[in-house]
Amino acid sequence: MEQQQGLWDFMTQQSDKLLSQTVAHIGLTCISLLLSAAVALPLGIWIARKNKAAWIVLGIAGILQTIPSIALLGFLIPLLGIGAMPAITALFLYALLPMIRNTYTGIRNVDPAVTEAARAMGMRASEILLSVELPLALPVILAGIRTAAVINVGVATLAAYIAAGGLGEFIFGGIALNNSNMILAGAIPAALLAIIFDFLLSLLQKANFQKMRLLLFAFPVLLVTLSSFYLLPVAQTKLLAGFTPEFMGREDGYLGLKSKYGLDISTVVISDAVMYKAAFEKKLDVISGYSTDGRLKAFDLITLEDDRHIFPPYYASPLIRKDALERYPELETALNLLAGKINDSIMTELNYRVDYLKQAPEQVAADFLKSVGLYKRSLNGNKGIVRLGSKIFAEQYILINMYKILIEGNTMLKTVTRTGLGGTKICFDALANNEIDMYPEYTGTGLLVILKPDPQTIKRVSGNRDETFQYVSEEFGRLYNMQWLTPIGFNNAYALMMRKQQAQSLHINSITALKQYLSDDQPQH
Amino acid sequence: MILAKNISKHYGEIQAVRNISFEVKQGETMVLLGTSGCGKTTTLKMINRLIEASSGQIEINGESIFDKSPELLRRTIGYVSQNNGLFPHFTVRENIGIVPKLQKWDQQKTRQRTEQLLDQLQLPVGEFAGKYPDELSGGQKQRVAVARALIVEPAVLLMDEPFGALDPVTRAGIRQEFLRLPELKKTTIVMVTHDVQEAFELGDRVSIMDKGEIVQSGTPSELLFKPANVFISSFFDHQRLFFELSAIKFSQVWDLLPDSNGDKQPQFDPGQSLWEGLGYLSDHNLQELFIADSAGIQKRADETAIFRVFNQIKSVH
Repeated sequence: MEQQQGLWDFMTQQSDKLLSQTVAHIGLTCISLLLSAAVALPLGIWIARKNKAAWIVLGIAGILQTIPSIALLGFLIPLLGIGAMPAITALFLYALLPMIRNTYTGIRNVDPAVTEAARAMGMRASEILLSVELPLALPVILAGIRTAAVINVGVATLAAYIAAGGLGEFIFGGIALNNSNMILAGAIPAALLAIIFDFLLSLLQKANFQKMRLLLFAFPVLLVTLSSFYLLPVAQTKLLAGFTPEFMGREDGYLGLKSKYGLDISTVVISDAVMYKAAFEKKLDVISGYSTDGRLKAFDLITLEDDRHIFPPYYASPLIRKDALERYPELETALNLLAGKINDSIMTELNYRVDYLKQAPEQVAADFLKSVGLYKRSLNGNKGIVRLGSKIFAEQYILINMYKILIEGNTMLKTVTRTGLGGTKICFDALANNEIDMYPEYTGTGLLVILKPDPQTIKRVSGNRDETFQYVSEEFGRLYNMQWLTPIGFNNAYALMMRKQQAQSLHINSITALKQYLSDDQPQH
Repeated sequence: MILAKNISKHYGEIQAVRNISFEVKQGETMVLLGTSGCGKTTTLKMINRLIEASSGQIEINGESIFDKSPELLRRTIGYVSQNNGLFPHFTVRENIGIVPKLQKWDQQKTRQRTEQLLDQLQLPVGEFAGKYPDELSGGQKQRVAVARALIVEPAVLLMDEPFGALDPVTRAGIRQEFLRLPELKKTTIVMVTHDVQEAFELGDRVSIMDKGEIVQSGTPSELLFKPANVFISSFFDHQRLFFELSAIKFSQVWDLLPDSNGDKQPQFDPGQSLWEGLGYLSDHNLQELFIADSAGIQKRADETAIFRVFNQIKSVH
């Protein structure tokens, strides 16, 4: 009951967003259906007469259908960028198969005795098509359109990954934030849309032929009308921001930007995977990224200073079991060799080399240690074994390889690495259960994901790097018997990013400056 | 009138129809009779160009059918197929009105003619005009198909196994009905069938086809009593007596029948067959029946007399 109440509250609160997402969803579905019908119906009619072509066309459409939707979007982004174009194209391609196949089947299934009679009475091919074949195939064709509509309502949720809007924004935001109200606020309307589309089309399918002529005319008109809502230009600010679904829903994200900075910027929701590239291609001006992401360098972006400190610091440092430290006290010295050695731009560079230049993390780690004079050959000691863990992304692989070299070069200890422990939860559990001895963790993650203190505490400690470190250090020692060693130096936090060139020409270097720029240039309304 | 000269149809190496010629006179019914695959349907469809002849010449009322577009040609030729081919999404009235619409007839004219035909075909307008084909019996559908074919008074009517899909009882009934239809009596008809009885009942002339050729063409009694070869005679073997009795009309044995003194009400006319006469006697439990010709001369026939004249006429052949 409370859950339902909560959902209703959420939906009322977010009703404007819900409405715009629903309109976008309907628009995406309708446009793609319309385009698809415009191609699929003639194609289906054509292949119904050409058996050889039928094989090829149905084969190609069938293959398109088997491409996973997210992969199809991935293929389309390099060609069409982000936004409505690739989303509509993908939906268009998905709707083709059911429509072509049903048109083909519908026409092929018209009793040959009927078409022969039509020919024998002197009807021309076009007259036979229009007054015999199409009317008789219509129920089957409409069934194909129904299938396509339901598929498209479903696939259109993925449009949220590429800044095309739709109810996927709530769904994926909800999943990222583990907010079931948000998921349902997207999923329920999406399901209702599918049911409504299906129902309306089923009415059309059952309608008798005389009335159908009118409906056949009314239907495309309705589709065009619905589509046009999506295409109507929306009032836009000078700059366009693309944020991940997760960032959109976080207090230390978009909500904080609005409440603490008063930032008023047009936003689209987009997946992390394509966001950086979209900014590079000038499809977006501001994005929410991670400050040490290698793509920052690859796409020539800069981060804006968070001068009001809404993003909690995510300083990385080795998180280690106290019992391991007690057993091998020399570990602390070895691990702290890296303390303060890597700043944001160095880490970004290293990530860039692994993510973009595809160099091996081992190589990148060794090269860096050599460059700062910390590299030592392994002593091949056999005093004991230290188990190192890491999450699955480049930065952690690089760090863990550095620690491996430092430990083996400076102590008589051996290391084994257990990389690829998924996310925070898995790494932390492995450490707590004594399956690994240490892994690199971020202070912000320790605070918000593992400790999860009350909001006042978060507010108190998250504004300042040292206070955060102090707090997580104490709490981890007290609660889990683990120790945070000295931070490595870089801060892999949320950050707003812009293209370097644009930011410089607009003189924007901080979020406040961004806000200033937007409100200055914004016409009053 | 239809005149076909040396028409052939081949599909690659396969000769479906080999160099056949025939003539169907105005108002005559010619039946193409044969087993499956003998080329009879191909021959029929070449007349309205549903199948284009590979070679040869076909004329209808003196004009070559190849001189106009197939569509315009077909609008002047009625066509009834075994599977009726009614448009399932059209009512009976709409189905019948298809060709008039193509020919841009006045709606009033179409309406009148439709109702006239439905009436002749025993399909009351009020009950049937608004029905869809699905709501009709097999026989009713076939009658609608005939009405549709006849509405524009075509020069020629082509029928491809028109009763093939019907059960034997309906089939016999509808055939009788057709024989009486004034519309059909004046139309030049080419009909395809594999049913000898049907061919004999409806055909003024029957052409028996085999392997793409017309083996023999003639009236039923010519085919029965003067078969060109063993193939033809074997065609009738299974019911020879029945066919022979059916093939001979009272008119053919008129002079051999005993006169009647003319005081009885005649039940038969000379155009009916001996078989029908026997059937009538047995059905009504009669000893004798009376036949009058158009001149008012009356004859009588009992069972013995019928068989006697039958044997006499056979021996003449």
